[in-house]
Amino acid sequence: MDLSEINFAVLVASLIVASTPLVLAALGELIVEKSGVLNLGVEGMMIIGAVTGFIVGVETGSAYIGMMAAAMAGALLSLLFAFIILIMQANQVASGLALTIFGLGIAALMGHPYTGVKSPQISTISIPFISEIPVLGTMFFQHDLIVYLSLISVLVIWYFLNRMRAGLILRSVGEDHDVAHSLGYRVVTIRFLAITFGGAMAGVGGGYLSLVRVPQWTEGMTAGAGWIALALVVFSGWRPFRLLIGAYIFGGITILQLNLQAIGVNINIALLSMAPYLATILALVVISMSRFRGNRGAPGCLGRSFVKIT
Amino acid sequence: MFKLIPRENVSPVLSLLGPLFSVGLTMIVGGILFYFLGVDPFAAIKMIFWDPLMSETFSTYSIPQIFIKGAPLILIALGLSVGFKANVWNIGAEGQYIMGAIFGASFALSLYPLESIVIFPAMILIGVIGGCLWSIIPAFLKVKFQVNEILVSLMLVYVAEQILALASLGFLRNPDGAGFPGSRNLNQYTSASNAEIIVGTGIHLGVLLSLLMVIFFYVLLFRHSLGFKIKLLGNSPKASGFSGDNSNKLIFLCLTLSGSLAGLAGIMEVAGPAGQINIDFNVGYGFTAIIVAFLGRLNPIGIFFAGIVMALTYVGGELTQFMLNLPAAAIQVFQGMLLFFLLSFDLFVHYKIKLKGNK
Repeated sequence: MDLSEINFAVLVASLIVASTPLVLAALGELIVEKSGVLNLGVEGMMIIGAVTGFIVGVETGSAYIGMMAAAMAGALLSLLFAFIILIMQANQVASGLALTIFGLGIAALMGHPYTGVKSPQISTISIPFISEIPVLGTMFFQHDLIVYLSLISVLVIWYFLNRMRAGLILRSVGEDHDVAHSLGYRVVTIRFLAITFGGAMAGVGGGYLSLVRVPQWTEGMTAGAGWIALALVVFSGWRPFRLLIGAYIFGGITILQLNLQAIGVNINIALLSMAPYLATILALVVISMSRFRGNRGAPGCLGRSFVKIT
Repeated sequence: MFKLIPRENVSPVLSLLGPLFSVGLTMIVGGILFYFLGVDPFAAIKMIFWDPLMSETFSTYSIPQIFIKGAPLILIALGLSVGFKANVWNIGAEGQYIMGAIFGASFALSLYPLESIVIFPAMILIGVIGGCLWSIIPAFLKVKFQVNEILVSLMLVYVAEQILALASLGFLRNPDGAGFPGSRNLNQYTSASNAEIIVGTGIHLGVLLSLLMVIFFYVLLFRHSLGFKIKLLGNSPKASGFSGDNSNKLIFLCLTLSGSLAGLAGIMEVAGPAGQINIDFNVGYGFTAIIVAFLGRLNPIGIFFAGIVMALTYVGGELTQFMLNLPAAAIQVFQGMLLFFLLSFDLFVHYKIKLKGNK
């Protein structure tokens, strides 16, 4: 094996690309959970986004139109979840699982004719001047629009949650929906919006996966990315910047193991493929250990149904 | 607008009607889906729900198949239901099922070609232990460090799938298999074969065990104090604590019990219908069992019927695949839909709905 074959700058650049679906989906889920809803259907929404984005992208020839369609598809599927848990008062854990099972099935049905089709190219935008800085330029400033958008979203969501009145209202709904309701906030409406946003973000994440990251459609291609996104939210302690760092660490592990496979390191491929999943478990353990018993940042009403009793 | 009033007692009639209503609604909406897929909806629905049971051409093969496919679903769902009652969410049964199969098969194949009557029971036991060990990981992490069991158990499914690949391409590969992936066929190894108990049907010991387990779990949940403690933990963790129950012990028990049963289902499958460890050994029983547990309303008797209905959709689904060229994923959509309807219907079970007057 020859580690010098791995170009560090290119490695970091591909790490960012690999992490972007996770960043997008996890940011969406962060908002959903901050409103007090646990949506375990991220995997299902991502794969619906992946398949819709891919189909629309191929048919229109534009990856960006595909990505928009992916967002809409994710949002549409999340509305189903929102209806079931907010209006029909169903158990959130079970409904999220149903969403995942349903999404995986629908996606497989839709994507079947598109297996093996080539996706349209996405153009990268090199930021003037700073993209020409050696090493750093390659790492950070020669990406496509979605990567920059994902980074901007981290900032915007941080600002929204911590500096804006609307963000505060969202958090209060998540902390204690009964109090928020008695203060006159529309718990159900706010949660509806949060869930839809989460669906759209998961959809874009999925679209990015099939249009840019892989780029191809294969059945079950999300391969647990949605679940890793869920784990990232826990890992981040419900904070956007920690979420970004977490996503890049996971992306790094994925890219590293893929690169090690590519240069033919003498480790079994199956063992390398396990790495991201084992790392997720390890990260969850570390984060739970370090803040054991203390406030772990989880919203107070996470996963609880809201029933208006007046 | 509407107003929800919580029911004091869960309506038993409605809680029975829920699953029936959901299956009916799934048939209708599923029929619409089939129509859009270019398949005659009436023929497809009939082929999924009616032909496996009633058609002369298919039923002799289909009816035993329903029990064979239902057995792992029922076994896994029984275990999961106990956890779900206590608000403990093991959703990694698929992984525990795989590990049960790998553990048991590895033990038996390591003794090949030795013949002895102790091999079979020992293999089953080791399979159960394999599933149990895989569920001990989330159980331990949950109890010791409060790590979310949903995420850990699920991540372990992907790890188990990689171990399965490792086994079928590596340490369990059939040395006489001309380099093809997959282990030796356990059905050709008399001491380890989970042979059929009714000749010509393929019905094996696992089917019998799944029926016995239904009774066992019924007694456990409704006639034993442990069942009460589990329900108490789920409904009111505080009351459970006050009554002196150790919640950690109960959580550990719920997870390992479901892991063991998934392991049992796995070893029964690999030594019986599947025959060998191979890359595509797992077909999603561990995930479908979650639907079965809910469809059966987390009640052992209900789970038995739910397992049969779900197995019917599998067998019927295969028929539509062959006869009508319907994609395999259609059945997955069908199953997801069923769960949606079922969960939604719970509203009517737990609440009365009144129209609000104009005030």
